[in-house]
Amino acid sequence: MKDHAALADIFNRDEERVSWHDDTLWFVREKRDKVSKDIEDWEQLRNAASQIKDNVLSALDRYLIQFEKNALKNGVIVHWAADALEHNRIVLSLLKKAEVKSMVKSKSMLTEECHLNEFLIENGIEVIDTDLGERIVQLANEAPSHIVLPCIHKKKEEIGEIFHEFLGTPKGLSDPQQLTEAARQDLREKFLTRKAALTGVNFAIAETGEFVVCTNEGNADMGAHLADIHIASMGFEKIIPERKHLGVFLRLLARSATGQPITTYSSHFKRPLKNKEIHIVIVDNGRTIQLGREDFRNSLKCIRCGACMNTCPVYRRSGGHSYHTAIAGPIGSILAPNLDMEKYKDLPFASTLCGSCTNVCPVKIDIHQQLYKWRQVIVQSGYTDTSKTIAMKGMAFTLSSSRIFDFAGKSMRLTLKYIPFAINNQLNPWYKNREMPEVPKESFKKWYHQNRKNGN
Amino acid sequence: MAIDSREIILKGILEHKPKSITTLPDLNFSKGSGEGLHKFIASASFNGSKVYRISGLTELRKYVRENFSSSDKILTTIAALNDIAKQAEFSEQDDPHDLEDVDLTILKAQLGVAENGALWLTEELLGHRVLPFITQHLILILNENEIVSSMNDAYQKIGDQDYNYGVFISGPSKTADIEQSLVIGAHGARSLGIFMMQEN
Ligand code: SF4
Repeated sequence: MKDHAALADIFNRDEERVSWHDDTLWFVREKRDKVSKDIEDWEQLRNAASQIKDNVLSALDRYLIQFEKNALKNGVIVHWAADALEHNRIVLSLLKKAEVKSMVKSKSMLTEECHLNEFLIENGIEVIDTDLGERIVQLANEAPSHIVLPCIHKKKEEIGEIFHEFLGTPKGLSDPQQLTEAARQDLREKFLTRKAALTGVNFAIAETGEFVVCTNEGNADMGAHLADIHIASMGFEKIIPERKHLGVFLRLLARSATGQPITTYSSHFKRPLKNKEIHIVIVDNGRTIQLGREDFRNSLKCIRCGACMNTCPVYRRSGGHSYHTAIAGPIGSILAPNLDMEKYKDLPFASTLCGSCTNVCPVKIDIHQQLYKWRQVIVQSGYTDTSKTIAMKGMAFTLSSSRIFDFAGKSMRLTLKYIPFAINNQLNPWYKNREMPEVPKESFKKWYHQNRKNGN
Repeated sequence: MAIDSREIILKGILEHKPKSITTLPDLNFSKGSGEGLHKFIASASFNGSKVYRISGLTELRKYVRENFSSSDKILTTIAALNDIAKQAEFSEQDDPHDLEDVDLTILKAQLGVAENGALWLTEELLGHRVLPFITQHLILILNENEIVSSMNDAYQKIGDQDYNYGVFISGPSKTADIEQSLVIGAHGARSLGIFMMQEN
């Protein structure tokens, strides 16, 4: 299995695409900056959101029980899934009971995390992703590369090719307006004929038992209102205490995600239509374990806005697929090792630790600090590659002794000057894709002594 | 023996959650911009909505007659508009799929939010939940006196209102999934016209 660096190498072969990807995401980041500055109390909003989520984590069991009670009262059916497989089985059994062979689905990163599509297809059920970006990657037989912008890695000409093959658009058509219209026509027929719809959940409110789904396209509502059975899948951390707290999160979510003041639709589902069903599946899938990891628990505050990806210099230049997990970027690199430390041991290292993610996060997760902490956990658990471990041990030894540090510094300066290839080689993982600094003529210590002497 | 995931999850949370409960913040920090009406018009226009200030429904009728033909399927939940639109009434027997060919829907919104141009509607104002989505074009009527400054104020106004379904709609449906180019008219309505009136 290829790690982040190897997959990033593949993405980096096409330099032009990398620059375009980088610029496009930065453009989204700038839009976020602009709309957030329109809001006078932006920082207070972030504080409030963070405090609400802290409170949620500290009383999560109570809120979930309260939510369940109210949802049941509203006529909504509640299911609990300990892991991805149980979630998938619950969805399958609901579809079988309703005798449904085909289902429309709006965006839900949880179902990506659970690999629901693959599971249902294996069991003879067709899944149609209805978010335009997700539909595109689904037709291309790929995974989304970004949690908010699923096909941000694709150029319009490639999308034109995919639509030509699957939707019969004219060859060479690459106009976004016309491509979107073709998808609208095609999916409208699907909305009208499918009896089951699955949506994600952005927020679930303990106080009322209702849940909120946010989209720009209107696909969640088109699916849910026309279907006989609406299944809503949610990670258990999506709970918020009271309806009025939506006032905080809906102000932050779209502004952080795409630089819009709010999504086009924010739909509040409380009771099903007569003769129709709403099911909610509450999923754990490793979240309880993360809750118990004190250093990492507040990653569960995430509202999946994607701002940390748009701003990340590594994500922007390596692409979402290089993270080989459903949720890419800085937050994904914290969530994935919790599920499988061995498999995702490379991800906390896919960061410069610049802290930009932490600065933009609307719920104030200390993302870069958690990445740094994961590195330590991973090294301590013996999961790093041998070359990195040896180099790191050497570094720890050097840093712990000032005399050796002096000597190492001197020899490093000489090495960089006369034999740079000794550093720029395959055994040194830090050198890869990095410019080494110019060699200072003297060490800081030497310079300091010299200048103090001269100065005084 | 059946494994009860509910019990396992709740027990796991109880064991793993932080030891003490932290407090919820006070939400009254939100000052809001103050100037409601003009901010609302600016926000709604930014989202791609077309905003018209009218003095009465006659102007709306004129707009509809000028922009839609008599063969178009037009639905409304507003009784006073029955000369230009059919009443959207649904019973359990009616199939919402019959709405697939609706050209224009005219509904009344409960309130508007200045900071983001969003309008709040609950189920009884919609005729059917799917109507504002499945219709090709949507017109929402808003009383200018029902504009609040922020989402915080909006939820204060909504309070503990009971509804089966409620939605904030802030513009025409849209997507930027293809190379971040904005396209209006994804799966929901292709246009949103907001007609604002002064009512007491
Ligand atoms: S970690 Fe923060 S910035 Fe990143 S997706 Fe989650 S909420 Fe958004």
